[in-house]
Amino acid sequence: MTDAQQYLDDLVACPQCDTLHAAQDLPEGMRACCQRCGHVLMSTQRTAVARIIALALTAFVLMIAAVTFPFLSLNAGGVQNATSVIDAVLAFKDGLAFPLAVATAFFIVVLPLMRLSALIYALGPLVTERKPHPGARFAFGLAERLRPWSMAEIFIVGVTVALIKVAGMAAVTIGPAFWAFAGVVVITILKDQLICRYSIWEALDQAKA
Amino acid sequence: MQVFDLGSSGPSQGLTTARAAGLVACRTCGQVHHKGAERCKRCQSPLISRDHQSLQKVWAWLIAGIIAYIPANTYPMLLTSTLLERSESTIIGGVVDLMHYGAYGIAFVVFFASVVIPVGKFLAIMYLAVSVQRASQANQHGRHKAYDLVEFIGRWSMIDVFVVAILSALVQLDTIATINPGIAAVSFALSVIFTMLAAQAFDPRLIWDVDRTPHD
Repeated sequence: MTDAQQYLDDLVACPQCDTLHAAQDLPEGMRACCQRCGHVLMSTQRTAVARIIALALTAFVLMIAAVTFPFLSLNAGGVQNATSVIDAVLAFKDGLAFPLAVATAFFIVVLPLMRLSALIYALGPLVTERKPHPGARFAFGLAERLRPWSMAEIFIVGVTVALIKVAGMAAVTIGPAFWAFAGVVVITILKDQLICRYSIWEALDQAKA
Repeated sequence: MQVFDLGSSGPSQGLTTARAAGLVACRTCGQVHHKGAERCKRCQSPLISRDHQSLQKVWAWLIAGIIAYIPANTYPMLLTSTLLERSESTIIGGVVDLMHYGAYGIAFVVFFASVVIPVGKFLAIMYLAVSVQRASQANQHGRHKAYDLVEFIGRWSMIDVFVVAILSALVQLDTIATINPGIAAVSFALSVIFTMLAAQAFDPRLIWDVDRTPHD
């Protein structure tokens, strides 16, 4: 590696405002912010990767449970109707709304699962200090790009609002899938807080060399 | 968590941007490259020092979002039919219903997510785009915060669409009561998606560039 190349690798530019900083090894448990706009550039937690993987696996399993178990059921005047997460997606299947059914399926189930799988695929080998899979960088980049579009936590708030709307007119039973979904949300938030893009890119780089 | 002072690679009194140093930075992974590099060597993302078409894209998505927001408010979001009556409710109608039930907190959440956030977002994105076009130097930190907030909060508008999805799936009690989604759910979802794309098209580095380019 040439000196000039080495020099470039030691720089880190703020993704939000382009200010250059000299990258350094951070002491454990600290974080470094952009000098101009305050965006967090790096934070260190040595065991972060293992914890991210553990949480991602947990969320993955819970998500499968959330999709397959009964979600909610409604009972009024002797008539009962049970709903799964899939039924909620299919609420939009008729007529012009069909694309919205597809979009909803992506927002609440497909994209969260894709993010989790991509993270597990990209970071899994790092935990046991093996070489990353081919395409690991692409997978991690994808997981980060999908972040705003993965809306499981918004869905669960929507469900809460819907429950309060319905609670007045009928008896609602909350199924195991509801709690599984709530678990996915909490675990995903914990996991995303652990992700420091800079350290993970560095880790992917070092594992390759 | 303690904050570590990274220092700057530039002169001590000022900060240097990658662009000013003749470099281009990857916005996905932070890797710095020589100017002219087209793809990031680390994560393969396309590299653009400044997206000069950024504002055009922002305006296009924003206008699409505002247009889609109009039918979202005028057409019904929910079609409810019970033994006694059939009714249609719009976004505002749904909020009013919730207040009738006495659920003021939830009414506030729905009102905030479906009216305050979308409208606030339209205004915030317009303000950001106009201020960058005018090369405004004022309040860069405030505007950057506004951008962060718009990016963070925009997705939460989808709440109402999910409420409609759950209600329509759950309330299917034959003749007693059924709820079906109205067409406004589609236009509302489109409006949210378009404004999310508008926010993503905005290049926040443009906010900070004005203090680099002398006006003389």
